[in-house]
Amino acid sequence: MPVKSSNNTTANRFARAGYNTIVKRNSVFLTTIFVSAFAMEMAFDSISDRIWDNINKGRQWKDIAHKYE
Amino acid sequence: MFRLSAQTTRQAVQRIAVQARYQSTQASAPLKAKNTAMVAAGVATAGAIAYLTMETVDANMLADGLHAPVLPWDHKKPLATFDHAAVRRGYQVYKEVCAACHSLDRIAWRNLVGVSHTENEVKAMAEENEYTDGPNDVGDMFQRPGKLSDYMPRPYANEEQARAGNAGALPPDLSLMIKARHGGADYVYSLLTGYQDPPAGIEIREGLNFNPYFPGGAIGMARVLYDGLVEYEDGTPATTSQMAKDVTVFLSWAAEPEMDDRKKMGMKAVTMLAILTGLSVYLKRHKWASMKTRKILYNPPTPKKH
Ligand code: HEC
Repeated sequence: MPVKSSNNTTANRFARAGYNTIVKRNSVFLTTIFVSAFAMEMAFDSISDRIWDNINKGRQWKDIAHKYE
Repeated sequence: MFRLSAQTTRQAVQRIAVQARYQSTQASAPLKAKNTAMVAAGVATAGAIAYLTMETVDANMLADGLHAPVLPWDHKKPLATFDHAAVRRGYQVYKEVCAACHSLDRIAWRNLVGVSHTENEVKAMAEENEYTDGPNDVGDMFQRPGKLSDYMPRPYANEEQARAGNAGALPPDLSLMIKARHGGADYVYSLLTGYQDPPAGIEIREGLNFNPYFPGGAIGMARVLYDGLVEYEDGTPATTSQMAKDVTVFLSWAAEPEMDDRKKMGMKAVTMLAILTGLSVYLKRHKWASMKTRKILYNPPTPKKH
């Protein structure tokens, strides 16, 4: 039972837009879940790889390989 | 002698702890003195417990081997990979020095690719060795040059030959040496750099060498590393300690080749779990918010006044 006074807040309008575009159709909902899972995974991996390589700068094989090729 | 004094100290500590505990229960003491006694008792008890649970110190260092000092290996930091330049130098030391006596059975040529050498380098190194293969069409074994999938060649054909070549002592396989000895990398480094003349009163049999880090003190392996023994291609000065350090890093890699990936995985897993913990805390608070802010009030009926 939505309360009248909260119907037009920005948060509420966002929530409704989100619901209507993503959750309403199950096909869209599932596709969104899968696509965003892949996207998150790729983003997470590439960011942590970048941090890792930065912590270990000069220590890994790829940092010294150019000397021997 | 040391054992004896350790025992007396321990008994003394026990006595003090008991006394202190007893004192703290005396109710007649004035408040301030009582507090002081409580604190003293607490400190003494904690100290005594710490002391009693400590490993007993054993003065017989010769029989057990001198405990290797803990060294600041930078590959042991939680987020550090191996220093692959050191692994490469360490392989060179293994190849040029240790491989004359020690096998490295669990490492294949292919394991070096992308770790310390390029594929072409490793192929060339493997081809320098002959391996027995077969049988061929007519059932004969034949010799062929090594390839990437072959394992490191052994210096001796069997244990008897290895012992015969080393005055009866067997040079152990080094693949898992870092994991196989108490102290690990610290021990191997200390062992390689710890050779010295036996102290007065200690007889070392012919063919054995004195090394305080080796349990018993008399080791079949003579000192092998001397300044300038190898020539590093990257220009690092080949001091005894440098070579010992590099070969120890190489052996640490050989014992744990998966370490780099494992630590990276660990970093990712811990990050992910931290995020998920945050999310679940938020979700819990979100779900409970209505409960926690609800005010439950009970107004008892007021007795009627007559
Ligand atoms: C001349 C042959 C020879 C060479 C070269 C040699 N070792 Fe040894 N090594 C031995 C023998 C023999 C033993 C067994 C000693 C014993 O049990 O008394 C041994 C034992 C060891 C041990 C085990 C000690 C223990 O706690 O049991 C380690 C570790 C070791 N060697 C490392 C190395 C390293 C690293 C190198 C290269 C820098 C090397 N060795 C070179 C002959 C050799």
